[in-house]
Order: sequence, then structure tokens, then C-alpha cells
Amino acid sequence: MIETIASAALAVNENLNIQKRRIKNGSSKKRLSLVTGTHGDELEGQYLAYMIGSYIDEHIECLNGIVDIYPALNPMGIDSLTRGVPMFDLDMNRVFPGSKDGTMIEMLCSMIIDDISGSDVCVDVHSSNIFLKEIPQIRMSVPTAPALLPYAKMMNVDLVWIHESATVLESTLAHTLNTRGTKTIVVEMGVGMRITKEYCDQLFDGILNLLKELGMWSGETAPVREPIVSEGREVGFVNSDAAGIFVPCVSFGDTVEKGDHIGDVVDPLSSKTVETVEAVCDGLVFTLREYPVVYGGSLLARILKPAAGGTE
Amino acid sequence: MKKQILYSLKSPYREQLDVIGFRFGHGKKSAAIVGAMRGNEVQQMYVCSRMIQELKKIEAKGLIAEDTEIMVIPCVNYYSMNIGKRFWAMDNTDINRMFPGYSLGETTQRIADGLFSKIQGYECGIQLASFYQQGNFLPHVKMMDTGFASPELMKDFGLQFGILRKPRPYDTTTLNYNWQIWETKAFSVYANATDVIDENAADEAVYAILRFLDKHDMISANTPPGYITKLIDESKTKQIRSEASGIFKSSIEIGKRVERGDVLGIISDPFDGEIISEIRSTVSGTVYFEYCSPLINSNTVCFKIIK
Repeated sequence: MIETIASAALAVNENLNIQKRRIKNGSSKKRLSLVTGTHGDELEGQYLAYMIGSYIDEHIECLNGIVDIYPALNPMGIDSLTRGVPMFDLDMNRVFPGSKDGTMIEMLCSMIIDDISGSDVCVDVHSSNIFLKEIPQIRMSVPTAPALLPYAKMMNVDLVWIHESATVLESTLAHTLNTRGTKTIVVEMGVGMRITKEYCDQLFDGILNLLKELGMWSGETAPVREPIVSEGREVGFVNSDAAGIFVPCVSFGDTVEKGDHIGDVVDPLSSKTVETVEAVCDGLVFTLREYPVVYGGSLLARILKPAAGGTE
Repeated sequence: MKKQILYSLKSPYREQLDVIGFRFGHGKKSAAIVGAMRGNEVQQMYVCSRMIQELKKIEAKGLIAEDTEIMVIPCVNYYSMNIGKRFWAMDNTDINRMFPGYSLGETTQRIADGLFSKIQGYECGIQLASFYQQGNFLPHVKMMDTGFASPELMKDFGLQFGILRKPRPYDTTTLNYNWQIWETKAFSVYANATDVIDENAADEAVYAILRFLDKHDMISANTPPGYITKLIDESKTKQIRSEASGIFKSSIEIGKRVERGDVLGIISDPFDGEIISEIRSTVSGTVYFEYCSPLINSNTVCFKIIK
């Protein structure tokens, strides 16, 4: 069943409609919400939403409960290749929880929260941005980790990054839902404006496994990998100091040692290498720059340090 | 006056970005005035350029107080201004959501850090601010209610209204908020327009800032008399939203007093011209914001009224 969960009239002969598809079978009231498309340039979740929905359709007898799929919280953004909400220059993921009495976007955000609230688990799928590629990972803040980590480990991701909480992140969908008691897991994978089929396949297995662990799925599932958990580890950030074109010489997911050559920033005009980029620490390259043009400060890579006293 | 580069950033394909400050007087860091941080803040840059003209004359007459330094930074983000973008040209991030900044962080965090390190420690900070929505404002001054400074100080600008805003999570990375956290008395002055120049509002903003600097004994300036500022809690102002979408036409001017039930504007069907909604005031008060785009969505704030 496809349902419009929030709607607002646009200026000329059109409504902005946020839709979900509910797939329901069996007697269980358990509910998993799969949410994506908050940022219009993040598309990995689009294919994943299709995969999950179509697979469950084909094996509907294996489902006992409700799966709600929200493919596009920001439909105008996806449709117009805009990260934020077009016309407003707003990052939708900084407007939650919204307000029923607020502006158009605040009202829509409030309706989205009302609709998802009460799910047993919500999976919020993001795909970085156009600049960075991410290995499939789940991110959560330190305060939410005790409740979310067991679920994150079911989801077949490579990494769980537990980060310090920041006040500004209190305006996210995940923070709002977690605060209201709906366990919400944020997935980051791939890169903006692209679909990485391999990662969608990986998370597809993870979501089916999560459904199984929740007692909502009796069909076959693939074994899931044990993620690296960032707890007690540090993350090294490699930022460019020069401006130019970044050309990496490591691959995504490589393990590097501090001082290893991981790429160059070159100047196409002067034909010079303007910066030799080195690993700032030992560890796993879990973020790598995809968009080559860089300024001073552009993030080139993130490296997860090994646990103290141990190696990978 | 001394012109100095406060922060520089190299670009792969453009001339280096230089954030320029104009320093008047010497000694104690008394006031920093910051203009455009976004590419569409033309009015904000213009007000600063007018301030520089005024301060030059004041300095030439020896009317800047002893042991007083005033810094004006007309434009931080002219890279975006020159290519018609609002946010940072490369990644669309907002410099005014990156404070206090981070010298080893992303590009706009580095710009924020480079700027903040130079404008931190001033007794007063004045930002020429803009609003994300298209609209006209009655010139006013705003403060974040962080508990670090007295709202009474807003009266020294002599603008009609001083508005106190309770910070929301997304405000915590703005210049104004961080100035206050680092013990600068921070104010946002709204000079009505953003991407066009409104001379009258610019005049009012320039006089208001000069009045404030004069009141705080940083300069000696003759300015027209100001208002007895009315201080208001932002949460107590009334927002009037559109109940329909279509073509919007305001029938009231900002600054006017309205009574409850007065028609403030109309929305008509964009195709057949039929009036589909009358926007009426739900309170009596003074209109201090009006939406100004011809097209309007539903649930858009089209008027703000100070009760």
C-alpha cells in the first residue's frame, strides 16, 4: 500500500508529497522502517529500497510484521539533484523534529517523525556526498550506543563508528527518533550521485538479517560480517593543505601505516605536485575522497586507528 | 585606517581568497563589524562599505577614542558572490554554520577559524545578518539569549526593535553564538534587504551602528536621533503563514500597525487569477517582516508581527 504521509502545496499547480510503501504480512505488529533520500544527492538508498521491497514481495510468506519503506524524504531534492531542500537552501537533516505550526519544511518534518515514531527499528540510509566515498558503516553517538550497537552488529556493515555527540546534530532525524524511543540506526555507504551495487547487496543482506533477528523474517538469510567497532579507537582525518587535484594511490579499505604515501595533490597548470599526502596514523582507510578538486582543508581520507595494544 | 589581510586561502583555479579587514584606531579591541559571509549578502557588504566611509571621516577628525580599535570586515565569502552562489562555492557549506572553526578541519571550518581567531576578544561584535527566506524586514537588532550579555544593550542601537532569540541547536555554530560564548557582546543587525541594496535601510543600519559605538565611547559621532527601542522575546512575535499556494501579493508595508482581522495580503490562483486566500492578521501589532517573492508555497511565513 502506497500512502502519502506528508504533503504541502507548492506555488504552481503541484503538491510536494512524501510517500511510503507499507508491506504487511502475518499477525505480528512489529515494524521496521527503511528511510532514505533526506539528501537529494544521496542515491544508494534508492536502489536498496527497491531491492528490499521487491524481494519481500516475492517472498511475502516469509514476512511476519510490517516493513515501511520511505524512499524519498526530500523528493524535490532527488528530482532536481539538490542536496538540500530546493528553494530553501536548507539541509533537511537539520530541521527535525520540525513543528506542526512551523514553516512548510518544519511541518513536513514533524509529520515524518509522527509517522515513523513507534517503529521497532528505523534504518536511515545515507550515502555520504559527492565528495567522499564511505565503506558501509553505521554511525551513532556515544549516548545512543548501548541501545543501538546490538542492532548495528546485525546489519552486515564493515564498521560501526561511535562518535561524540554534538549539539548541532540534535536536529537530525535519527537524534529525534532515538530521543523519542524509536531505535534509529544511521547507515553511511558509497558516494553521492551514484549507486554502488556491491554495497546495496551488502546492506540488503544486513537488513534481511535484522528482520530475522527481530522475528519478522523466516526466509533465508546470508551470514553477516562482524563489524569493526570504533569504540576505544581514534579516527585520523587527512585534510589537504594545498589546492589542486587529488590523486589517491591507496584503495578504499586498505590498511596503511603512519607516513605511508596515500596520494598527491597536483597542479594541472604548473605541472607540479603541490602536496604529497601521507597517512596521519596507522589503520584502515574507511573514507576516501572521490571528487578530485580540492582546496586547503578538503577532507581526503579518514583512517581508523587499530585498538590500543592490538592490530587488525 | 589600516587595511590588512586577515585570512587567505588558495584556490586551484581562481585568484587567492583574501579576507580583508579595515582597522580604525589603536589599542583595546573594542568592536568588530562583519558583513557578508554568504554570497548573496550584498546589502550586508554595502552597509560595511558605508561604515568604512563614515569611520574614515571620523578618524580623520580625530574622533576615534583613545585606546580603541574598531575592525570592519565587509565580505568574507566573495568567492560565492562572484559566481552567484549563496554558500561556499565548492561544497555548498555555510561559513556561518562553522564557528568557532577548526584550523585543521574542512575548508569552511578553516575559513571560520581564520576569521574567528582575528575577531575574537573584541568587546563588542556586530554582524550584518540576513534571513534565509526572501522578504523585507524592518531594520532591527537581534541577540542570542545565551545568558552571557544583557539584552538591554540592544537599546544602544536606537533601532525600533531589539529581539532576543533563544538559540536552537543549529544556532550553536553561528558567529553570533560563538562570539558570545567567548565573551564578546554579540549583536546581529538586520538591514532589511539581502541581494539588493536598500539605501534607506542601509542608512538606518549605519546610523544605528555609529550610535552604538558613540554610546559606548568608542567614537564621537553625530547621528539622527534613534528610537526608544522596544525589546521583544522572539517567541512572543506572531508568525502569519500562508494557508494556500499561488501568487502572493502583500497589501501592507512593513512598519505599519495592523489590527486583528486586517487583510495583510492575498494569494491568487497562478493560472486563472481567482483569489483563493486572504491573509489576515491574527493579532494587533506592528508588521516587521513581509515575504516578498511573487510565488508562495503553503505554510510559508508571509508576515511577522510584533504584538
